[in-house]
Amino acid sequence: MQDAPEKLRADNIRKRFGAVEVLKGISLSARAGDVTAMIGASGSGKSTMLRCLNLLERPNEGRIIVAGEELKLTPNTSGELMASDPKQLQRIRARLSMVFQQFNLWAHMTALENVIEAPIRVLGLSRPDAVARAERYLERVGVAHRKAAYPAHMSGGEQQRVAIARALAMEPEVMLFDEPTSALDPELVGEVLRVMRSLAEEGRTMIVVTHEMSFAREVANKVVFLHGGLIEEQGVAREVLSNPQTERLKGFLARTLG
Amino acid sequence: MILHGYLPAIVGGLKSTLSVAALSLLVACVFGLLGAAAKLPESRVAHWIADIYTTLIRGVPELLLMLLLFYGGQITINNLADRQGWGYIDINPFMAGVLVLGFIFGAYLTETFRAAILAIPRGQIEAGHAYGLRPLQVFSRIVLPQMIRHAIPGFANNWLIMVKATALVSIIGLDDMVHRASLAASATREPFTFYATIAVIYLAITTVSLVGLHLVQKRYSLGVRKVDF
Repeated sequence: MQDAPEKLRADNIRKRFGAVEVLKGISLSARAGDVTAMIGASGSGKSTMLRCLNLLERPNEGRIIVAGEELKLTPNTSGELMASDPKQLQRIRARLSMVFQQFNLWAHMTALENVIEAPIRVLGLSRPDAVARAERYLERVGVAHRKAAYPAHMSGGEQQRVAIARALAMEPEVMLFDEPTSALDPELVGEVLRVMRSLAEEGRTMIVVTHEMSFAREVANKVVFLHGGLIEEQGVAREVLSNPQTERLKGFLARTLG
Repeated sequence: MILHGYLPAIVGGLKSTLSVAALSLLVACVFGLLGAAAKLPESRVAHWIADIYTTLIRGVPELLLMLLLFYGGQITINNLADRQGWGYIDINPFMAGVLVLGFIFGAYLTETFRAAILAIPRGQIEAGHAYGLRPLQVFSRIVLPQMIRHAIPGFANNWLIMVKATALVSIIGLDDMVHRASLAASATREPFTFYATIAVIYLAITTVSLVGLHLVQKRYSLGVRKVDF
């Protein structure tokens, strides 16, 4: 996929929380159809990195370019970068939809309402168009029968699949997954991973922070291994995972595979 | 004759009582929302001002505040009017009552609303931002509808106390139900009859309010566990 257009690029992202620097200059690039698995121990900065991409965390340094459009950033008084054009930020966020560890579905809305909300308010779709689109994607992830249910009445796996439908309904350039299976009961992990695998197979561009090494190995084409706020090792998923070069990744893989 | 013919007069006073209560509630909601917004961790100065507001107002008896604000306001306005050569300005007790009650109960609603906003899981607000909703849309589509559910129990208490606190407005000269009952009581020398009558009327207003609020609560609790009050 060397010739595919670049969907997302992040250059030299740095992030400090007080005196602690959690990201020490990380660069990422995703071309159309790339599935990038970001792995690493807790505290390695992988979730923070993902959240910097859509500015849920404000980086202290770096550049973010989404489908050729650079996000305009200016530093605030505490030295963090803020979007200088709120309209541009909203437009770019709408093209990078995120799936969260805790699902974060809106509790007062049904599954269907969760999925049509942003397409109507942010993309400006008419209600009938948004509903048609939402029903298509709910069907796609296998929860169409739950469309009238509220999040509190669904299982974790169903909630996460609705959250994935919500992300798909934005028809984004890149989907960001922040440990999407970490909050699920073990028997529900499979249904979510199956949906993600099928999304990868249809060529969607995904960046996935995950602890699921089997997913990284079988579904991702790129792997980025973070350690202490830096990229320790990266490359083609199969090669990096089956033949790690650094001691740290060898140790990490040995521990996670048990 | 029932109540020596004073019933229409008292019911007439009920109108002032209810309109002061309803308008004060609106004013209190505005102060409460502003106060709650100021207490979110966005701005230190606003937080500081809101803290002074809620501490001061909640720490002094309502009756005293009403007298202080009413006479203080009257003096300030007339000093200003003197300097500008406008002549003496008489403050309308109805407007003054609404503003003062609204200002006082805004402090209580600030805390009610703040707790209600904090009860919404942070991740849902984050998801709103992450999907490109504008900050105002996040507030109106995600925060407000869920906050109502959490705010209703505290809101109900405030409303009940406020309806009763309108009785205090008779002290600054409002011709409300209490004022009329006291006139009737001294004219007929039957204080118990008239005070008991308006007590029943207050009880009726608060009971009807509670039923109404339970219905609102039900509407905003779709899909979630009920917050009881």
